[in-house]
Amino acid sequence: MATGLMQTKEHADIQTNGNRAADTQRTYTPATDIYESADHLLLLTDMPGVKPEGVDITVEQNMLTIHGHVSMPKLDGYSLMHAEYGMADYRRVFALSNEIDREGIQASVKNGVLKLVLPKSKKAAPRKITVKG
Amino acid sequence: MLLHRLVDNDFISSLQDMHRLRQQLNRLLATEPGMAEFPPINVFSSDNGALAWAEIPGIDPKDIDISLVNDTLTVRGERRPETAGDSCHRQERLYGQFTRTIQLPFPVEADEVKARFFDGILEISLPRAHSDKPRKITVTSE
Repeated sequence: MATGLMQTKEHADIQTNGNRAADTQRTYTPATDIYESADHLLLLTDMPGVKPEGVDITVEQNMLTIHGHVSMPKLDGYSLMHAEYGMADYRRVFALSNEIDREGIQASVKNGVLKLVLPKSKKAAPRKITVKG
Repeated sequence: MLLHRLVDNDFISSLQDMHRLRQQLNRLLATEPGMAEFPPINVFSSDNGALAWAEIPGIDPKDIDISLVNDTLTVRGERRPETAGDSCHRQERLYGQFTRTIQLPFPVEADEVKARFFDGILEISLPRAHSDKPRKITVTSE
């Protein structure tokens, strides 16, 4: 699915995962919601196990890359008995349109959810033009 | 050739991808009230009990309800959408009510159960009931 302002780069992501096969660390594609309002895009990404300092966000040309490093407390004396999810870093790449103000991107992490606010640049914001009588 | 492919890293990682895809599909297709497979839970065990980790990112800890009867743990809750009114381009995260029940291989000392929530993970520590613990009997000489 593509919005005019942002596209997910699933293909690029899979390629990157393939290249990483040599190193044992796998990455997961985190579930993400994208909302749009009049002046910004809002991105919510599930990253359970990631602390605020474990998130790397880079914007290079038009590619926004999110990387979340999982840090789990060590469990001495415990062994894994039943597993329904894997614990590995998260990675996802999005393509931004020129209408996003790259300097104004804000990120926060709360309760394992990364929240990205991507403001639309002033140029792209809808302007109301009043007709003079 | 086949053997080579079987041990190939890419092949193994694509199997893992398929397994993950199946899990995600199962979760998506679980349509009965209280999505059956959410949240995913890992259980660790030790001599003294077990530790359950449930991935519930974005939930308000106040919206989690934990109950325990003998060896059966039930986690209920609701994950609420964060925004309203904006137009949605993509929704992959699950919202709504959930119930998960897991049965442990031992009775639990209910009064000593503790839970904490960190980085989107609910941790429940489940100590084994004192009456159920193996007892060491020392032989005394006369």
